[in-house]
Amino acid sequence: MAERTVDARGSFCPGPLMELIANMKSMQVGDTLELLSTDAGSAADVPEWVKKVGHEMVDTQQDSEGTWHIKVRKAK
Amino acid sequence: MRILVVGGGMGGTIFANHLARRIHGELKTGKARITMLSATHEHVYQPGWLYVAMGRATPDELVREQQSLLEPGIDFHVDPVEEFHLAENHVKCKSGKVHEYDLIVISTGSRPLPENIPGLKENSVDCYSAERAVQFYDRLSQFKGGRIVITVGLPHKCPMIPLEVTFAMYDFIKDRGLLDKTEFYYTYPIGRVHSLENVAKWAAPEFDAKGIKYETLFNMKEVDGKNACVRSEEGGEVKFDLLVGVPPHKGQEVIEKNGLGENGWIPTNRHSLHMEGEHGKNVIVLGDTTNLPISKAGSTAHFEAETAAENVAAVVKMGHPVKSYDGKVFCFIEAGKDRATYAMFNYQNPPQPKAPTGAVHAFKMAYNKLYWATARGLL
Repeated sequence: MAERTVDARGSFCPGPLMELIANMKSMQVGDTLELLSTDAGSAADVPEWVKKVGHEMVDTQQDSEGTWHIKVRKAK
Repeated sequence: MRILVVGGGMGGTIFANHLARRIHGELKTGKARITMLSATHEHVYQPGWLYVAMGRATPDELVREQQSLLEPGIDFHVDPVEEFHLAENHVKCKSGKVHEYDLIVISTGSRPLPENIPGLKENSVDCYSAERAVQFYDRLSQFKGGRIVITVGLPHKCPMIPLEVTFAMYDFIKDRGLLDKTEFYYTYPIGRVHSLENVAKWAAPEFDAKGIKYETLFNMKEVDGKNACVRSEEGGEVKFDLLVGVPPHKGQEVIEKNGLGENGWIPTNRHSLHMEGEHGKNVIVLGDTTNLPISKAGSTAHFEAETAAENVAAVVKMGHPVKSYDGKVFCFIEAGKDRATYAMFNYQNPPQPKAPTGAVHAFKMAYNKLYWATARGLL
């Protein structure tokens, strides 16, 4: 299963969640994506979308520099 | 230095013209050379298609001969690149001609792919080409009432278009006295009505005041023409009488075919604008072609092109670049037929849009004409 990282730090438009959604379209079921985001809202809005669409949250962490690392697995 | 510009759209043209003026002397003496390769002899002001869709412009107003926009020192050819040989510093064109370079600028843009969503192309309208914009106007002008649904594919060019087209259609329908027979239903991929939080905070109350309904976390999965409904990845279903579908986009096929970037987006350094990777040292990427997490918009290409031109001129004259791209984007937001606002932001600072005014709309209308000065690198 492939892994990819999407660096959406400093992205206001389209923003981290839009970047994540667009990238998920190119992925295969079982692939994981790590989203890097400096938007605190990502820690809430990514899980909300992932739950609604039926993918899987793997991990959410914030590093010492304030960047959120949000891992998602494509489930469908 | 041999500088090769691939793509004659907004990014490539602004870059080439800015650079040509900055290194006028070097071009004259032969110390530097700028060659541009494009797939077409025409240059189109694509933001104008919104106005075509509303019956307020015609496609021919938005087109100029590319050669007429270029500084005299730029060697222009209509001959699309088919092969990039970055390790050997040359490209091969459709004609078979090979162009060698010391520095290449890739600005080939993006393309709408409504066909990537089942049923979208044949059951929706959009303003992502002159032909589609004319069809949009035809459908809208024949509309007698019902539900107009706006839906959005990702990624897409021009982040403001979902809002702009909604407000524009609202005024169009209002002027025809059909508001009481029309329901507007706006859908958007994330949990608010626009990607920019502050723009969403402004737009949602505007929608509420106009009675425009909206559903968020709606990513279109398929359009069922037989039952006139659009279904979402999230399990939603919305019926429509007229569907306005912002199509998902990809970069150009030639980028993918040459293995330069998945989906046609080239991995690009967000500050230097150089291509990432082994052969990126003498490759600059501009506009929609980058994989940067910023707006795919003419404005982005414009500010990137200015930065890149200043840097390349400095390299020609002094041997090193002088500027770093800060992520600057400036987008007008048409809020109907006679009001507009704008969003200006960069990597560090989010936009703070103001209430729309007639004055900003008037400036936008003026800019639609002034664009040709921007393309020439004058504005």
